[in-house]
Amino acid sequence: MIAVILRRILTMAATLLVISALVFIIIKLPPGDYLTNRIMELRATGDASSVAKAELLIKQYGLDRPVWQQYLMWIGVMPGSVGFSGLLQGDWGWSFEYDKPVADVVGDALWLTLLINLTAVVFVHLVAIPAAIYSATHRNTFGDAVVTLLGYVGLAVPGFLLALILLFYANRWFGLSIGGLYDSALTNQPWSWEKIRSLLGHLIVPTLVIGLGGTAAMIRRMRANLLDELAKPYTVTARAKGLPPVQALLKYPFRMSLNPFVADIGNLLPHLVSGSVLVSLVLSLPTVGPLLLDALRSQDQFMAGFILMFVASLTLVGMLISDLTLVWLDPRIRMGLR
Amino acid sequence: MMEAIPADRHFVDPAPFEPEAGPEGRTESASAWRLILRKFLRHRLAVASAVILIALYAIVPFVEQLAPYGQARRNGDFLYAPPQGVHLFDEGRFIGPFVYPYRAHLDLDTFRRDYKADTSTPQPVRFLCRGDGYDWLGLVHTDLHLVCPPENGTLFLLGTDKLGRDLFSRLIYGARISLTIGLVGVAISFALGLFFGGIAGYFGGIVDAGVQRLIEVVRSLPELPLWLALSAALPPNWSPLLIFFGITVILGLLDWPGLARAVRGKLLALREEDFVQAAELMGASPARVIGRHLIPNFMSHLIASATLSIPTMILGETALSFLGLGLRPPVTSWGVLLNEAQNLAAVQLYPWLLVPVLPVLVTVLAFNFLGDGLRDAADPYH
Repeated sequence: MIAVILRRILTMAATLLVISALVFIIIKLPPGDYLTNRIMELRATGDASSVAKAELLIKQYGLDRPVWQQYLMWIGVMPGSVGFSGLLQGDWGWSFEYDKPVADVVGDALWLTLLINLTAVVFVHLVAIPAAIYSATHRNTFGDAVVTLLGYVGLAVPGFLLALILLFYANRWFGLSIGGLYDSALTNQPWSWEKIRSLLGHLIVPTLVIGLGGTAAMIRRMRANLLDELAKPYTVTARAKGLPPVQALLKYPFRMSLNPFVADIGNLLPHLVSGSVLVSLVLSLPTVGPLLLDALRSQDQFMAGFILMFVASLTLVGMLISDLTLVWLDPRIRMGLR
Repeated sequence: MMEAIPADRHFVDPAPFEPEAGPEGRTESASAWRLILRKFLRHRLAVASAVILIALYAIVPFVEQLAPYGQARRNGDFLYAPPQGVHLFDEGRFIGPFVYPYRAHLDLDTFRRDYKADTSTPQPVRFLCRGDGYDWLGLVHTDLHLVCPPENGTLFLLGTDKLGRDLFSRLIYGARISLTIGLVGVAISFALGLFFGGIAGYFGGIVDAGVQRLIEVVRSLPELPLWLALSAALPPNWSPLLIFFGITVILGLLDWPGLARAVRGKLLALREEDFVQAAELMGASPARVIGRHLIPNFMSHLIASATLSIPTMILGETALSFLGLGLRPPVTSWGVLLNEAQNLAAVQLYPWLLVPVLPVLVTVLAFNFLGDGLRDAADPYH
């Protein structure tokens, strides 16, 4: 088991390395960079001290060196002007736009992103599992049709628009306040019971919107799996020997159908993270979504690079957890790995 | 009942061979495609979706004729005009389709424009008439429209936007872009998926391992942030048409792993079959074996998967344009239209600006049902 975990973590590290290269290429794609644009702007206004400062930053982050050296410095395997200082050492770079270290700019946004995505995962499972069980055991009834229809609609409605409309009506009918993650009065207050309650209230709409698409897909897949299992002879045997219906459902077929469900978290997570970025933009939630969009627009390269790496590692860690759960859950995989 | 065959000789039917005569009289032979079609036609929802999609795509070449107004036509006197109803009866008298003209006035308390229908003068809608001029398919300059606004009147079936442009006309123009972007994007992802899945499944070994890792990397990246990053990298001085192609390529670039996986899985199973060995022994090149013998074997399955990924593309374009990083204004797509409905004021004051979501919904659902139907029909074991 430990060997499996180790091997899995090693592949993850390798994947992360490839992703970091990809991310770096992408943030380097637009012609020019923030600092050169800024320097040209400053030269035009004749602001000599700012030019000197910007040139210092260029030196410090090696923006005058070849791209491959910049990459190695960024991930922290090549010494820059201040020694080894990159992602590996926990230095996430400098945000030129905010004129602060990236770590200070993103700060809370990381935890809130994590929180929103976790809530969405929990929501998807809490809704999808019962709905799929109901749908599969009541096949071709009115309830099944309703669940299927809702699932399809969840698949087809663009999340951002749903967010906008839900937000409007949640505010009009239930008095949920608009935008942000807590009441604006609480923004700079320390964490308190009231702030947590406000946060939970604000999480309702984003969770619904982010989770809906994933829930729809999960219900469809789980329903199909469960239907396959229910048609197998062992289910008939279980019923024939007098196992109570609930037990006959939950003990064997459900457990079998759960398997692809766990494996699917790997597919679900990138979608949830995508969704959370988009929905955060619409609802102006203080997650990494709006920061990323800004950073991309202004070519704030280290900021954009770090956020892209963060969301990618988020999905990778999620996939790792889902793989390990699968190993733990399914004896066939566990034996196969030995 | 089978007749017993004596052990010392072969069984030969004394009757002359008649290909037409089978166990139940005439055997029917149908090609694989015909069988798939037959099975597909039994799937009613999928057939209905196919009809809807064909109708939608039929609009694409005739956008200019179908839209009552030109794409960029502004009606400065009618900003944010609500939808105008088309009526048939005026005071119990049938006079064919007509609209009541709008009387606009500015409410000085709220600074909003109010539009009141003037029911005293019904204006009949014109058909097959002259309107805004356009170059059809870049060839013919004409001004023929199927429906036009009445003489000295307006026809805003779905209202107007902040510049007084007719939303219905823009919706029809948007269909051209939004519907084609899905097809072009899928074509790109299809080509990539076939290539990578093909070489991985056929060669196996190191190539397979490499492609597998690549698939894993691309699949683990959340689509939207990457789409954002890539579209931000499109040079701002590109023409709208180039941007359109750039966005399609970006959408296609991230979508292929699913297809590649399907191709690889099928190839791994198929390359062990005897007919592949036979082809190889006869000296067929890998390209020929893959293209001529293997791919046709699972083409139907691939088409079904591709159909299911078109809606992702359409939604992706919508999301990107909505955020302002996708297509840019003179180009009209459903996402660009929704970009204008981005704020709460739109939801509250001008709800008709949200209408472009309906065609998105219909198209995405129809593609999903169609893909489901195709997949079921293409699966011989179902």
